[in-house]
Amino acid sequence: MNDYVSLSYLDLVFASSFLVLNGALSLWLKLGLERKLAIASARMVVQLLLVGLLLKSLFAVASPLLTALVAIAMILFAGREVWARQDRKLSGLWGFSLGTGAMMFSGVTITVIALTTQIQPDPWWTPRFALPLFGMVLGNSMTGISLSLDTLNTAANRERTAIEAQLLLGRPKWEAMRPFTRRALRTGFMPIINSMAATGIVSLPGMMTGQILSGVDPTEAVKYQLLVMFLIGGSTGLGVLMAVLGSVHRLTDERDRLRLDRLTAP
Amino acid sequence: MITVKSLQRSGLGPVDFTVGDGECLAITGPSGAGKSLLLRAIVDLDPNTGEVTTAQMTRSKTPAPEWRKHVAMLPAETGWWLDKVGDHFVNPSGIAEHLPDIGLSPDSMNWEVSRLSSGERHRLGLLRCLEKLPGVLLLDEPTAALDTETTQLVEALLHGLMEEGITILLVTHDPDQPARLGCKTMRIENGQVVT
Repeated sequence: MNDYVSLSYLDLVFASSFLVLNGALSLWLKLGLERKLAIASARMVVQLLLVGLLLKSLFAVASPLLTALVAIAMILFAGREVWARQDRKLSGLWGFSLGTGAMMFSGVTITVIALTTQIQPDPWWTPRFALPLFGMVLGNSMTGISLSLDTLNTAANRERTAIEAQLLLGRPKWEAMRPFTRRALRTGFMPIINSMAATGIVSLPGMMTGQILSGVDPTEAVKYQLLVMFLIGGSTGLGVLMAVLGSVHRLTDERDRLRLDRLTAP
Repeated sequence: MITVKSLQRSGLGPVDFTVGDGECLAITGPSGAGKSLLLRAIVDLDPNTGEVTTAQMTRSKTPAPEWRKHVAMLPAETGWWLDKVGDHFVNPSGIAEHLPDIGLSPDSMNWEVSRLSSGERHRLGLLRCLEKLPGVLLLDEPTAALDTETTQLVEALLHGLMEEGITILLVTHDPDQPARLGCKTMRIENGQVVT
């Protein structure tokens, strides 16, 4: 790691000036994006600085309890994000717990298996390995799940007559929902499929870039990146499937009705 | 035959009535009174309480898909989920010979759904219901979008169905239609039956 180049905060200020330029362009073209851009980038700066400090102390303490607490906090934040990104969502506790539960199950299972069988740090929950890995898996599942649930709920609402027409002809609920279930699943899978297909040609993945910039041999960085992509793909797929099937279950009932009354208005 | 007993849902009821085999009941009343809600409740498309029976089946003892094949409903707005008309039918070639009976071209099975007028959609929706050989037919304004001539064709078809013993419940805003079809009438206002 002797060729690692440390960045100064001044370097970061320089880099951010391009983003400020984007904000100015938005103002000039009346795109109305400058507020969102400012809030999102401010959030990013604060969140990342805090997480840097938090991780630093967490790595120093190396407590399994604290590591688990941080993981739980990450799940809850991701769950809120999934919830907030849906235009129409399941009302009540379901709206939050379905996406969160799916993400927790798939993310935790896959991360734990990867840590205990493939990366094998000692102990397996070592925060330096567990938390970044869990974060990447969770972040991608979050995108997939929120896209798929948003697609499903929007379609169920918009295609009400088409779904009910099938129910009226005596089709069972899963069959009547199938075109929309399939569309939601495809939408959820699309980001990870696209990123797998384009990776290495169009874009160098962020994690691999980071490792290479910090002096790791590119072939080693590639191996880590592949491992992470497989984990991300697996957990996104599992999480999307669980969330979508759970949501279809909740949007219909035991008498094969479409229950749009269980969706909130946008 | 169909018997509806203390059928109740939000905005409607309780409603009780019986219609015999080959008979017809016209449901009338102002828009928004709950006529369509009543039909939806009978086929169990919205949560409701009460019991509905026919000569062959009891609703609470029948899985919903079977019930809806036996007690078929044509909603005011028919739904289509595929591009081609024929793909919505079990046996499009068998249905083709019946199309001229209600003023549709024999070729219409090959049409795109997006090309259909609302009257065509409605008549094709009716044929689609009949494919399941229902014992009871619930029709929500079956002739609302049709001209006089086509209305006569559809009414002739309905007459034929009643002669075969099929029971028909019909929501209509046409004041003369119940008499033309020989229906009894039931008036609904504010979700309640008024006699």
